[in-house]
Amino acid sequence: MNLYHYASPSTFYPLAGKLVPWFAALAFILTTAGLYISFFMAPTDFQQGEGYRIIFIHVPAAWMSMFIYVVMAFWSAIGLAWNTRLSFVMARALAPTGAMFTFVALWTGAFWGKPMWGAWWVWDARLTSELILLFLYVGVMALQAAIDDPRRSDRAGALLNLVGVINVPIIYFSVKWWNTLHQGSSLSLTRAPSMAQTMLWGMLILALAAWMYTIAVALARARTLILERERRTEWARAQLEGQA
Amino acid sequence: MLKFLFTVIRRDVLLAARRRGDWLTAQFFFVMVVSMFPLGVGPEPGMLRTIGPGVVWVAALLASLLSLGRLFADDYRDGTLEQMLLSPYPNTLLALGKAIAHWIINGIPLLVIAPVLGIQFNLPAEALWILVLSLAIGTPILSLLGSIGAALTLGLRGGGALVTLLILPLYVPALIFGAGAVEGVLSGTGSEAHLSLLGAFLMMSLLLAPWVSAMALKVSVE
Amino acid sequence: MNWESWQAFWAMGGYGLYVWGSFGMTLLCIVGEIGLLRRHRLQVWRRLKRMKSWDPQ
Repeated sequence: MNLYHYASPSTFYPLAGKLVPWFAALAFILTTAGLYISFFMAPTDFQQGEGYRIIFIHVPAAWMSMFIYVVMAFWSAIGLAWNTRLSFVMARALAPTGAMFTFVALWTGAFWGKPMWGAWWVWDARLTSELILLFLYVGVMALQAAIDDPRRSDRAGALLNLVGVINVPIIYFSVKWWNTLHQGSSLSLTRAPSMAQTMLWGMLILALAAWMYTIAVALARARTLILERERRTEWARAQLEGQA
Repeated sequence: MLKFLFTVIRRDVLLAARRRGDWLTAQFFFVMVVSMFPLGVGPEPGMLRTIGPGVVWVAALLASLLSLGRLFADDYRDGTLEQMLLSPYPNTLLALGKAIAHWIINGIPLLVIAPVLGIQFNLPAEALWILVLSLAIGTPILSLLGSIGAALTLGLRGGGALVTLLILPLYVPALIFGAGAVEGVLSGTGSEAHLSLLGAFLMMSLLLAPWVSAMALKVSVE
Repeated sequence: MNWESWQAFWAMGGYGLYVWGSFGMTLLCIVGEIGLLRRHRLQVWRRLKRMKSWDPQ
């Protein structure tokens, strides 16, 4: 099997086009199932009441936000090492979705924190790291957007992405360290409530749904990016024929 | 090899000495930003002492970012950078030399100014000493990591603001350990742990940053 | 079934604002992302078409 074959736009483009609806459908089904579990099957938490249901999206979003950054770094590394254009396209296609999940994690964290901690924002180690992760996403996207030449833009973004991924554990450690020293927010009031089985299932299924959604959106975005970049080629024109 | 490194450093330092106006801007920026804070939060000595280390450190981050724009830009514009990248010496060495020069030009003056600013913030003598020490370990990190950002944004419009966006999040550990060391003295918990962590972060930046920024230079000049 | 009525469902035991604020924003983000993606795609298509119409081939 030749990987380079799949990496060429003329094979990747239609393949991705075929895959997108499947992943989108999977995402939709899993979301429906996950939401059903989280609202109708999971019992009320005895400590946090119904408010805890926010974690059904908060936790999957936070997972995805970190996971996507690492996956981006993986594609960036491959792109820099083997000079494959498609890997750069994938890294670039993932970034907005990752930033979106980071934002959702922060937003839901705030909406969970207000009733539980009594404040919209607490400089808790995880919230703070998540905020810095959002800054890292914004940095990569801003750099990519500022460079017109796609070749340079890809590589510069990839390098920054890799520096970021090396830094993320250090940042997390330093923020945690900082947080334990400043006892101000020692509100160790439960994060996840002691999980009932159904709660865990709901969270896992929604995380899987977020994953499928990410794949669908990233593939769709990668197709658009490829079409944009290849617009001067015969191949892109043939796509136009096919569509019209 | 070492000779090449020294040549790069010397050249940049000499150039900076000739253009003192640019150089002074960053130093005065540092002083002014720090002096704005008491005006903003009020002159209460206890409070100033609490925020002092953080304020000086944040101002140091910003001052180092301010001067990063010129790290490679002048050489890039007149084509010297391209020539240097084509030289038989490893580009990592060039990037390292540039970062060291940036530290000598912009980092060391901060060490001299910082204690004076610390006095403004009512810091005791011991804390002043740790402030200088933490800046001495920390500012090279700022120059090293900053050189990556400067290399990535080479020749872009709006490069200055962009560098801030890219690099500031990466500075977070340096800020936490650096300002934390001084706070450790103030609160009596000690500063050794902070300083060791800062040192470890410096070692890591020293190993990785020149290599990355050499790659970034190649990407940008190509 | 957890809920006695729709009203109880929307009230979320007093946490309605927080729960629906979270889920609502998530929905908004997803819809927004898909919308932006679609717009980008249409722009690229339009550009392609324009390029083609300039070209006699």
